[in-house]
Amino acid sequence: MIESVITTDPHLARRHRWGGLFEWICKLATWGCLVILAVMIIGILINGWPHLSWSFLTSFDSVNNPKTAGIKAGIWGTFWLILLMACFSIPVGIGAAVYLEEYARPNRLTRLIQLNILNLAGVPSIVYGILGITVFGHMFGFFGNAPPREAVWALPFGTKVMTGALTLSLLILPVVIISTQEALRTVPASLRHSSLALGATQWQTIRFQVLPAAMPGILTGIILAVSRAVGESAPLIMVGALSYVHQTPGNISSVTDFFTKPQGIMAAPFDVFTAMPLVIYNWASQSDPVYQSLAAAGIVVLLVVLLLMNTAAVVIRQRFQNWIRW
Amino acid sequence: MSSEFSPSTSRPSLYRRWTLSTLKEQSIRVLLFACALVSVATTIGIIGILVVETGLFFSQVSVGAFFGDTVWAPQSSDEPRFGIWPLACGTFLVAGVAGLIGLPMGLLAALYLSEYASERSRSILKPILEVLAGIPSIVFGYFGLVFVTPYVLQPIFMNGLGIDVGPFNVLSAGIVVGIMIIPTISSLSEDVLRSVPQGLREAGLALGSTKFDVSVRIILPAALSGIIAAFLLALSRAIGETMAVTIAAGSQPDLTLNVFRPVETMTAYIVLISLGEAAEGSIEKRSLYVVAMSLFLITLAMNIVARFILRRYRNEYQ
Repeated sequence: MIESVITTDPHLARRHRWGGLFEWICKLATWGCLVILAVMIIGILINGWPHLSWSFLTSFDSVNNPKTAGIKAGIWGTFWLILLMACFSIPVGIGAAVYLEEYARPNRLTRLIQLNILNLAGVPSIVYGILGITVFGHMFGFFGNAPPREAVWALPFGTKVMTGALTLSLLILPVVIISTQEALRTVPASLRHSSLALGATQWQTIRFQVLPAAMPGILTGIILAVSRAVGESAPLIMVGALSYVHQTPGNISSVTDFFTKPQGIMAAPFDVFTAMPLVIYNWASQSDPVYQSLAAAGIVVLLVVLLLMNTAAVVIRQRFQNWIRW
Repeated sequence: MSSEFSPSTSRPSLYRRWTLSTLKEQSIRVLLFACALVSVATTIGIIGILVVETGLFFSQVSVGAFFGDTVWAPQSSDEPRFGIWPLACGTFLVAGVAGLIGLPMGLLAALYLSEYASERSRSILKPILEVLAGIPSIVFGYFGLVFVTPYVLQPIFMNGLGIDVGPFNVLSAGIVVGIMIIPTISSLSEDVLRSVPQGLREAGLALGSTKFDVSVRIILPAALSGIIAAFLLALSRAIGETMAVTIAAGSQPDLTLNVFRPVETMTAYIVLISLGEAAEGSIEKRSLYVVAMSLFLITLAMNIVARFILRRYRNEYQ
């Protein structure tokens, strides 16, 4: 029926042709993103392939012999960053979100905090680096100069893992808070009401009913936020992290070292460090093609780590979605 | 809080205002409030540090020289010059190219996802855009330097049109930053497009409009303010983007509009100074803070305007 109208009215036929064309343009733009992504990943894989081997993961960077260079220092630096970042941003982020969703009354102060969080989410990451070096790195100069390299638990932190992790924690805090708030909002009010009606205090309600119900959403949000921070390099450059490091934090470089060198666990947060994106940046900014290829190999490792984290987030989301039924 | 929840039974112990359990409840509340204040402290910290250091900078360099000079040469030993325009020009040039690429692509993708795509294509395309959004900016910078410039730009412009294209140029940085902001624009715009009431679509179709007429002449104008907000948020991301432009656009603070030349953006300058050996308290180090302050103010203004428009838009339809 429509076909016959289209064929009999030339004006309408033109409009439909133009409409069809536009749909194709839209389709092309959207699927074009897939093509770009594919080209990018395949190109980087091809470039990095010659260097991708087990020894790339288990050896340090090398100036004299780039062929044997590896990303070990970066991997362990990033590992400690993730660990410490989780320690800071999970409690503070969830705490802030719980306050804003469950306790705060809709007054001016609450609106101010909320608006502030939204605006912080838009601040360029490099600005956080400036905050990090002044507050955590130098501690406003209150404690004198940076402590020597071996000093553990000394103030100010200087350019240690701790400074980087705290800076990145502040960077992801707005994202963690916003996603936790969204997760808390999906918990039905009836759950809170029934808990309160049974005599639980407000904190008991939150602790035993609301938080467990919202946990999958919260965890997904946190993992995604941390995975964004793992790829960040600008704030780490700002806090003075080195790109060429020949040791791992606390000299822990394998799983067994956690048991054989327990003193390393305490020392690691106060050790000098590098991170995967910094090593990649260092390689990418050399003009020698060998380093370009090393950078590609480093990117592949970084993307695999990000992929693992994102997969974990998806798995958590899927598994708990089926688990909780209202 | 405790007064709200105090039960009206006759047992006297429950009338007591300070029991161990109310004390615990109160301290938890205070603790959680302190967590929420961390974000406020972050803002105060950022603004405080930038204001103090900017003040120290302007005690040595006049405001007129900062906004009036057209040369940025802080490392020059005989006469350092601090005109912000070359850095601002580099930043806006890269963001402009990124906008020319990212805005139409992102908007078309949003239109496709909200108006045309089947559930099946959506379920494939949305995760792809999320993956694209999750790729670190350093990867985009590498892609610009190692693939876009030698395999796309140099064959087309240098071999084809005879324009000199160096290894570092604005165009490659702009292209990769443009790709980076596509997911931001498409996801924000799609939310906006989807919140246009279904009745508008149905009314348009019932009056004999084609799908194109409905999406471009009805839905798009209805969602325009929200889409502008999405554009602003994406452009502010492009302006604050650091690693991709540091790698692909080079470090040459020139006042130029030539997209085939290297430039230095504000973010790239901050990175290069902190990688260098500038002494604490030197004018060179202080110039870093004043550049960061400019960057912060520009992105903050764009964000505030965008949020304001978005809120107005939400009130309109929800």
